[in-house]
Amino acid sequence: MEKFLFAFLVGGAICVIGQIMMDVFRLTPAHTMSTLVVVGAILGGLGLYEPLVKFAGAGASVPISSFGNSLVKGALSEAEKTGIVGVLTGIFEVTSAGISAAIIFGFMGSLLFKPKG
Amino acid sequence: MIQGHQTWVFNSKPVILASSAVGGPFEAQGALAEDFDVLHGDIWLGEDSFEKAEKKFLEQACEIAIHKAGMKKEDVQFFLSGDLMNQIISSSFAARTLGVPYLGLFGACSSAMEGLALAALIVDSKAAQNALAGTSSHNGSVEKQFRYPTEYGSQKPPTAQWTVTGAGAALLAQEGEGPRVTSATIGRVIDMGLSDPYNMGGAMAPAAVDTIQAHFRDLNIDHSYYDMIATGDLGRVGHQIAADLLAKHGVKIPAKKFTDCGILIYKKNQPVMAGGSGCACCATVTYGHFFKRMRKGELKRILIVATGALMSPLSYQQKESIPCIAHAVSFEMLEGRN
Repeated sequence: MEKFLFAFLVGGAICVIGQIMMDVFRLTPAHTMSTLVVVGAILGGLGLYEPLVKFAGAGASVPISSFGNSLVKGALSEAEKTGIVGVLTGIFEVTSAGISAAIIFGFMGSLLFKPKG
Repeated sequence: MIQGHQTWVFNSKPVILASSAVGGPFEAQGALAEDFDVLHGDIWLGEDSFEKAEKKFLEQACEIAIHKAGMKKEDVQFFLSGDLMNQIISSSFAARTLGVPYLGLFGACSSAMEGLALAALIVDSKAAQNALAGTSSHNGSVEKQFRYPTEYGSQKPPTAQWTVTGAGAALLAQEGEGPRVTSATIGRVIDMGLSDPYNMGGAMAPAAVDTIQAHFRDLNIDHSYYDMIATGDLGRVGHQIAADLLAKHGVKIPAKKFTDCGILIYKKNQPVMAGGSGCACCATVTYGHFFKRMRKGELKRILIVATGALMSPLSYQQKESIPCIAHAVSFEMLEGRN
C-alpha cells in the first residue's frame, strides 16, 4: 500500500518541478520536457534513477525523466555487449516500444479524427 | 483636421452607415452573443484550414455590412483591412473576393481602429463617398502562427488571453444615419521592455494609456466627455494595469465607464484566462455591441482605444521585447442629425 503513496509523492514531485520550470523560470513546454529528459539521462548514467524506480514504481517510471533513463540504460547495456558502437545501436533498444507505440497509436488516432490543426 | 500633436478631428463627421460582427462557437457562448449578426457553430466554416476559415469570416462580415447599408459591393469605393496573419493574407484574400480598391494595413489587434480612422480620413477629406473598414482573427490560425500547434495542447498561464474567432466590418459614408466618427488619435509605438507573449495585455497597457492621454490633451477634454471608454483587448490583467497607470498619471476614469472589449466579450465561466484578444475582439464588440447600444440611444459618445502588439513569432523567438500601439477613435450620436 505504501508503494502507492511513494509513487504519488515522487511522481507528483517530478511534475511539480516541471510546473515550476514553466511558471517560475518561464521555460517553454519543449524546454521543460527536454530538460527533464536530460536530467533523467544523467541520473540514469550515474546509477541513481533505477533505485528511484524501485522505490516509487510508476511514480518514477511514468514521468518523462524515465525516458532519459531508458535511453542511457539501453545504450550502456548494448555497449557492454558489443562495444562502443552499442551506444548508437542500443539507445532506442529499451525505448523503442514507447516510440513505436506513439507512432502507431498516433496514426490510428489520425484515421479516426482530424489530425491537422 | 489635425488638432494638437496626433489627433484628427473630422469636421464632416463621417457616418457609420452599417456595421457587422461575425463570430464563432466560443463567441456564441459568450456574453455578447446577441450582438453578433451571424454566429457559426463550426470554427472551420467547412474549409480545410483555419486560415481559409478566417478569410471566410472576413468576407462574410464585409458582405453583411454592405448588405445592411443597402449597397452592392460595386458601390464600395475603398476597402481597408488588416489582420494578424503573416502578410495579412486574410485581408488581402478577402479583398480579392470583394474586388474593391484595397489598402492592406498591419496594426496587429489595433487594425480595427487603424482602418476605421483611415477610412474616416478618406471620407472626411472627400477622397471617396464611402469606405469599408474590416478586420478578422481566428483562434486556431493565431495559435498556430504565434504559439504552438493547436493539436499540441500546451499549458497557458492565467495572464494569457483567448483570441476571438470572428470578423467585423464598418461601412463609412459622408451622409446617412448612424454613429458618427468625430475624431481619431493615432498612437505612438510604446515598448516598456516586456517580452512575455503570454501577457500581451500587460505589454499593451502603457500604449493604451499614452493614446488616451494624448487624446484628452489634444482635444482639451476629459473622460466626462464620453459615456464609455473601451480599450480593445487588454483583458483583465492589462486593463487593470492601464487603469492603475492612468490613475498614477492623474487621469481618473470611473470604473463603470472604463471597460475593455476583451473583458466584455466572454462570460466569466468561459476558460479564457485573462479575457479575449485578437483583431476581431475590438471589432466585433465595437461594431456589434457598442454601435447597437448607440443606435438604441443608450450611449451617446464613446471612445474606442484599439490596442495592438506589433511583434512577430520570429522577433520574440529572438528575445526581442514587444512594441505596442493603440489607436483611439471617438464615435458620437448627433442630436437631430441622425
